[in-house]
Amino acid sequence: MSVLNLSLSLIFVLIPLILSKTLRLGLEKDTFIATIRSIIQLIAVGFILTFVFESDSYLFIILMVALMIGAATHNAQKKGASIKGIIWKLILTFVFIELLTQGILLGFQITPPTAQYIIPISGMVVGNSMVLSILFLNRFTSEIQTQKKETELLLSLGGTPKQAIHLPLIHSIKASLIPTIESQKTIGLVQLPGMMSGQIIAGADPIQAVQFQLLILFLLLTTAAVTSIMLGFLSYPTLFNERMQMHKIKTDEEN
Amino acid sequence: MKSTDKAAIELNHVSYSDEDLDIIKDISGFLSEGKITTFVGPSGAGKTTIFRLLNGLISPTKGDIYLFGKNIQTMEPTALRRTVGIALQDATMLRGSVYKNLAMPKTLQNQELEKEEAAHLLTQVGLDASFLHRDVTDLSGGQRQKVSIARTLVNRPKVLLLDEITSSLDRVSTSDIEQLIQHINQKFSVTIAWITHNLEQALHIGDDTWVMMNGELVEAGRKDLLKNPADSRVQEFVKGEWQ
Repeated sequence: MSVLNLSLSLIFVLIPLILSKTLRLGLEKDTFIATIRSIIQLIAVGFILTFVFESDSYLFIILMVALMIGAATHNAQKKGASIKGIIWKLILTFVFIELLTQGILLGFQITPPTAQYIIPISGMVVGNSMVLSILFLNRFTSEIQTQKKETELLLSLGGTPKQAIHLPLIHSIKASLIPTIESQKTIGLVQLPGMMSGQIIAGADPIQAVQFQLLILFLLLTTAAVTSIMLGFLSYPTLFNERMQMHKIKTDEEN
Repeated sequence: MKSTDKAAIELNHVSYSDEDLDIIKDISGFLSEGKITTFVGPSGAGKTTIFRLLNGLISPTKGDIYLFGKNIQTMEPTALRRTVGIALQDATMLRGSVYKNLAMPKTLQNQELEKEEAAHLLTQVGLDASFLHRDVTDLSGGQRQKVSIARTLVNRPKVLLLDEITSSLDRVSTSDIEQLIQHINQKFSVTIAWITHNLEQALHIGDDTWVMMNGELVEAGRKDLLKNPADSRVQEFVKGEWQ
């Protein structure tokens, strides 16, 4: 793609800007900032990736993945501010999921151990894990509030914290997994996944692009399940003290 | 409440604060074993907080609580909560059938509640055994309260805490529940603590009474103290003049 062609793609930014101005949606400033940020961020990532690919050093690969995990943790922790030590729980979850997926991919030699494979796949895994964490934490903190009476009832009848929180925990895990499972059911029928489309546009054989996309889809299924379950089981004990009493939960508004 | 009575529960200078708010202020006293003690006092007096302390859902900020002479802080929380059962005003039900609710205390111990035992429990609280498979959403307020009490009884508690369990019930249901509690108290020698806003009920059903105001235990003794209270604040409360 030439620079002229890329510049022409800004027409797609102009259309929402004009619509926003005409209909007085007041989104011009945000659209403009989003456009500038995406240009700067992606160009910077492009240069960084070129440097990392050329350097062929595992240290830079690890640094890139650490950066991704840091950014994902920063984003997701806002939704779980009421859970004690949420930052470390998120870091632990993201590191575990990264080690698990890369361990399987590299261990079984499904993908080669090069930056070209490790970094983009890590980006998809950590990104997906972050979205799942946000979905899970959002649902879990609201379930704890709405099911507080039932949770206390089970405690008062002699239940352990794990038994008392079982239903809110399972509901939250299930609810956070539904979008991933549902989107996989219609994939290819409603929309072509971005990565596969990118490969096809870049000239790859569509069948090979599909094979790679399937690998990523299955990977993301594991990512989703492990993220929600791991984060859930790491989070619930902090809601109780050693006397099996529920801590007061602060809502997002109070935080 | 006489000094010769054996204490089922004893509070020793118990205080409880939440976010700098003093809810329970230095309360000492005891609940006589096998007796019905009513808790009366205006809203916000700390009565429900005392019950939550006794069931171990919260712990005192200061002081100690003893259950049959044993400090509850040294007891396993699950064992404490099975020994000191609690039934709440809103009779919270878990989604599903009456049987599922009745069986819950056993389920929590990885045990099963026999259908016959569940049916027997229902008849004990004045409900027909056919209620067992009804969905809890189909129950009236009084029926929910009875199921809630039966559910607490599954653990065979030695102390039963009842938090305004008749406040939203009609006269007939209230009378049913009162008879039921007296029956449980006499038949199983369960020590009962009962929060009520109804002074007539306190005089009619209880043996002893605690009058609480503003987080303090203002008067405690035999239920007749409500007829002739010594404390001027309690006198005002009994006359309905307390602001």
